[in-house]
Amino acid sequence: MPLLAMKNITKTFPGVMALDGVNFDLCSGEAHSLVGENGAGKSTLIKVLTGVYRQDEGEILLEDKRIQPLSPFESQRMGVSTVYQEINLVPELSVEENLFLGRQPMKLGRIDWKKIRRMAEKALSRLNLQIDPSMPLSSFSIATQQMIAIARSLDISARVLILDEPTSSLDHHEVERLFSIIRKLKSEGLGVIFISHFLDQIFEVSDRLTILRNGQLIETCEVSRISRLELVAKMTGKSIEDLKTAQPYSGKKGTNIGKREILKAERLGRKKDIAPFDLQLHEGEILGFAGLLGSGRTQAAELLFGLKQPDTGKIKREGVEVSIRSPQKAVQYGIGFLPEDRKTQGIFPDLSVRENIILAFQSKKGWWKPLSRKKQELITKNFIETLQIKTADMEKPVGQLSGGNQQKVILARWLASQPEIIILDEPTRGIDVGAKAEIESLIHNLCSEGLSIILISGELEEVERNSHRIMVFRDKVIVSELEGENLNLPNIMKLIAEGEANPRETIQA
Amino acid sequence: MKPFRRKIRIPEQLIWPIAALFILLIFNFLFTENFFHIEIRNGKLFGSLIDILDRASPLMLVALGMTLVIATGGIDLSVGAVMAITGTIIAGLLAMPDFSILSWFNLPASFSLALCIALATGIIFGACNGILVSFFNIQAIVATLILMVAGRGIAQLLSNGQIITVQNDTFSFWGNGYFLGFPFTVFIVIIGFAVCWILIRKTALGLFVEASGSNPVASHYSGINIRMVKFMIYGFSGFCAGLAGILVAADIKAADANNAGLYLELDAILATVLGGTALKGGRCFLAGSLIGAVLIQSVTTTILTRGVPVEYTLVVKALVIVMICLLQSAEFRRMIINRFRKTGK
Ligand SMILES: Nc1ncnc2c1ncn2[C@@H]1O[C@H](COP(=O)(O)OP(=O)(O)OP(=O)(O)O)[C@@H](O)[C@H]1O
Ligand SMILES: [Mg+2]
Repeated sequence: MPLLAMKNITKTFPGVMALDGVNFDLCSGEAHSLVGENGAGKSTLIKVLTGVYRQDEGEILLEDKRIQPLSPFESQRMGVSTVYQEINLVPELSVEENLFLGRQPMKLGRIDWKKIRRMAEKALSRLNLQIDPSMPLSSFSIATQQMIAIARSLDISARVLILDEPTSSLDHHEVERLFSIIRKLKSEGLGVIFISHFLDQIFEVSDRLTILRNGQLIETCEVSRISRLELVAKMTGKSIEDLKTAQPYSGKKGTNIGKREILKAERLGRKKDIAPFDLQLHEGEILGFAGLLGSGRTQAAELLFGLKQPDTGKIKREGVEVSIRSPQKAVQYGIGFLPEDRKTQGIFPDLSVRENIILAFQSKKGWWKPLSRKKQELITKNFIETLQIKTADMEKPVGQLSGGNQQKVILARWLASQPEIIILDEPTRGIDVGAKAEIESLIHNLCSEGLSIILISGELEEVERNSHRIMVFRDKVIVSELEGENLNLPNIMKLIAEGEANPRETIQA
Repeated sequence: MKPFRRKIRIPEQLIWPIAALFILLIFNFLFTENFFHIEIRNGKLFGSLIDILDRASPLMLVALGMTLVIATGGIDLSVGAVMAITGTIIAGLLAMPDFSILSWFNLPASFSLALCIALATGIIFGACNGILVSFFNIQAIVATLILMVAGRGIAQLLSNGQIITVQNDTFSFWGNGYFLGFPFTVFIVIIGFAVCWILIRKTALGLFVEASGSNPVASHYSGINIRMVKFMIYGFSGFCAGLAGILVAADIKAADANNAGLYLELDAILATVLGGTALKGGRCFLAGSLIGAVLIQSVTTTILTRGVPVEYTLVVKALVIVMICLLQSAEFRRMIINRFRKTGK
């Protein structure tokens, strides 16, 4: 008897059939992965299961009893603990309040704050999170918030644990930690549903996997019975032969980096965020920022884009000193910035795909010079095609797109703004394998046309593969720069991990 | 993901206010005598429907500004007070030669000059709200509450606490005149709407307004100058309220600092929300707000013409509004449908 069974689930949204008679089951002690391209229906299946949406047809059985949760809260009470793709904790509340929201321990009719503190520390330490639980959630990076959401879900005593792209912004270490916990929970008899676009992770952690494509169930099988290539073929609907013959993108081929120094930072720094650093970016160059979570990668980018003001140093744009005091200024200077947290910093959920895409370009032009509707549609259509954004039409509110497709829309927004420099902070977060390769080759094409890029990613392979030069961050300091032959994964890892052992080549203020 | 056939595009949010208006009109068609009767006297149209449009015009103007303010995620409680101020100023300038510093320059009290000064005052007060909200980051509800209270006081100071009556033909035409058979106020609303529409839909301002209401952080990250946008929108709301204040004063040929525009901010918020714009900001529906304003006025007129005893009018009005709000609530509609399904089984 399976722990959980979903039978013949169908769910339509206006213009889309998100799930079309999907069957899914989960045994206790099993990790079951859901795989599929962006917009395949994975998150929708989870949301139907947890009462966010109600299915049009089909039934859900938990331990052979029919259930119909009407809200996520109710599903949690039935023993289903969920981390959604878009973190849905309360940014204004503290970490501990978020951890115990809706299930506060009480004592004499009051909330037992002492106990909450104790339990919060325990829940956080389980994931090796050393943070102050009384700080508001919003003061932490998206990755830490993701860890907190996971900590919360693990702490809820449940029979089913659902993780929808929990690792999209996590480092290797955190992922390992999470996986060891998942294994332990499995041995205790929990059923785990796991969603990710990292195929390695799928193969590492799951026992079975279910493939969805365009809302339809393609296959459920044991992980050991399927090869990576077969999996990709079934996800995309392409034949294995096609996939084999398709040239894998080979990274920084055909480098033609110009000599022109398009952006330069001299001793740029800000207390507590990032120690003063030097940086040069040339025309057509991809400069990678590598480092662990909280190593200062994003903070450095924020200074360059005017989101925060530096205490020291200066920025030069093509040799001329400029003061970038706000994102507006940065946009005027031809800089774009794709932020890491798409829900709070990126999307305008109730605006249409078209409006979301043309927004940065329009704000660069100013409000009194509107783009004509025709031009807007042209740009939008172009990007929907090149990035393969899955949407019923361009007037659909972006909030209704799948996570990966929202990410593509934000990427399109900055590419559409015709920047000369673009800072990409985790650009491929939540984007499926196929689209990732396409986006990487698109980026390289743009570079060969003269666009300069700063690429930030926690996925070291991605930075290594795509960058012409890499700056390595550790503890808010840029410790080294790698180029040419030295630019390889072992070197990056070594520099990142060195830590306390070696005396740091700290750059003094 | 099979594509379905494409829908016609009337925004879903507009369907319910239109439906409510329709229901109300049908009710009147069936039960109120002469409601649809329109008479032509001296080339002018008379009747309840015309009357509704005429009376709703100040509210429609104010609702336009309010809609944009709400779309940015803010609110403007000061519109009623601004109406009192501009009404007093235009009446003062026209009725009392030594009303203002104008007399120092020996300028004649012409209508167009008075009109410009009154409108400019409205814009300036709106801009003050804008400065408080956008540059000092004061919560909109608090910032505009200040002017809501202080503004009426300013109007009372300006008028010495008295009602200023005006004898000026142009002025009285603005409130009571007819043009092409319709009340002149209707044309003012049309002009106000046109200005608003051009400002919002023919420039990119509307996009920036909706973006900054939809996600302020992301707007900042996208390089939108949110402060400038908000500042302009509050100024525009001041302009709309100013114009409405002038109409109200012109209607009674007098400025009443105590009562002009009293509680109109609440009606304007209601009109906006009935028209489909959410209070949390984001998408806005200008036409919806106009429909909302007409809807509110129709309820009032219906109650009055049906001879509901005076002491009941407010209660009845509240009940009708509650019903309209319920009709708009998707949650409520689903509940009703489920109830029907259950009993049907
Ligand atoms: N609230 C909604 N309204 C309308 N359409 C929706 C809504 N939610 C999802 N969809 C549509 O349903 C389809 C499936 O979306 P879903 O979020 O389940 O994809 P996913 O498999 O999780 O993709 P990703 O890997 O990008 O997260 C998409 O085409 C999406 O546009
Ligand atoms: Mg998803």
